[in-house]
Amino acid sequence: MTAGTATWSFTQDDFTAITESLRRFLGETKSLCALLVDRSGQLVTTVGDAPGLDATAFATLTAADYSANDQLAKLVGETDFSSLFHQGEKSIYVADIARRLLLVTIFDSRTTVGLVRLRMKDEVEELTQLIDRVFSRGRHDGAPEKLLKGADDEIDKLFNW
Amino acid sequence: MINYASREINCKIVYYGPGLGGKTTNLEHVYGKVKPETRGKLISLATETERTLFFDFLPVDLGTIRGFKTRFHLYTVPGQVYYNASRKLILKNVDGIVFVGDSQAERMEANLESMQNLYDNMAEYGYDLTQMPFVIQYNKRDLPNAAPIEDLQASLNPGWEVEDAAKQRVQPDPYHAGQNLVEQLSGGEWIERAPYFEAIAVQGDGVFDTLKAVSKLVLKALA
Repeated sequence: MTAGTATWSFTQDDFTAITESLRRFLGETKSLCALLVDRSGQLVTTVGDAPGLDATAFATLTAADYSANDQLAKLVGETDFSSLFHQGEKSIYVADIARRLLLVTIFDSRTTVGLVRLRMKDEVEELTQLIDRVFSRGRHDGAPEKLLKGADDEIDKLFNW
Repeated sequence: MINYASREINCKIVYYGPGLGGKTTNLEHVYGKVKPETRGKLISLATETERTLFFDFLPVDLGTIRGFKTRFHLYTVPGQVYYNASRKLILKNVDGIVFVGDSQAERMEANLESMQNLYDNMAEYGYDLTQMPFVIQYNKRDLPNAAPIEDLQASLNPGWEVEDAAKQRVQPDPYHAGQNLVEQLSGGEWIERAPYFEAIAVQGDGVFDTLKAVSKLVLKALA
């Protein structure tokens, strides 16, 4: 049996590079927090601070929100809306990365949407390159097989409850 | 998705099936039974009458394997026919599927329609359901009008042809003594069926058996 649909993995190096890039972005835009979310709704990483934020739930809802907008775009004849903006005392800006991930920024009045939008473009490009590296490794020389190979017994034990 | 930095294996499981079949009830039972520290919030995007509008979502940690936390994200889809656009969105990047069928004889057509819709939506993404972790749950077994399991199996889980010669060997059903998941029919054709479970989700019967089975298949697909 093959694994579900799109199995992929991050190494420590990928993660460090992505996190460093996000930190730079956060500092330059004076945003509160930036999250990288898989299009299926799984949180990849988060930097910065948004007190009380349930990042897991936030990631899932962001992915759903973005996917719904993607479909809305198709209905009005757009190929896609590449970003999404929700305005409030705290605002949210979401941008697509290589159709695989979403970059989400939460910011408040300490910065402006103009600055966030401007820097977001460069950040999306930078992350796209990093992410392409992750996906170009592909599944077969990637790590999932190595990680769980021969782990059948351990998997069985996990379900002894 | 495997994250080596945070040492997590994240998997997405979708509960599919006809409206009012018990998909949300499955998640509510899991939410009520697992320890609060091993699960997140149960999120429901529902209408005022508690019908699922977009999806329900529940993250659960099932334990650690090779030092990696196994985190399962459980989703339901809206069952009603006219919500197909949202249903399809939820299937994106799915790792395992649970089809929750309604055992009531008069819901057979709704079950069949939903199963066909599942195959169609998966195919549109280029996913092959027969090659993925997939289990079927027959819910509402306690109702007086519940159809016999044999009838449900014949309609919803008749089996798909096994063409790969290497897989053409009898595989017993670990959950039902004397039955097989892979077997040869009298005509010589080899078929495989999805594992199935009987459930009364409102009482929790069969809910964890179903979840365990599909999660195990998902992890074994990585092994």
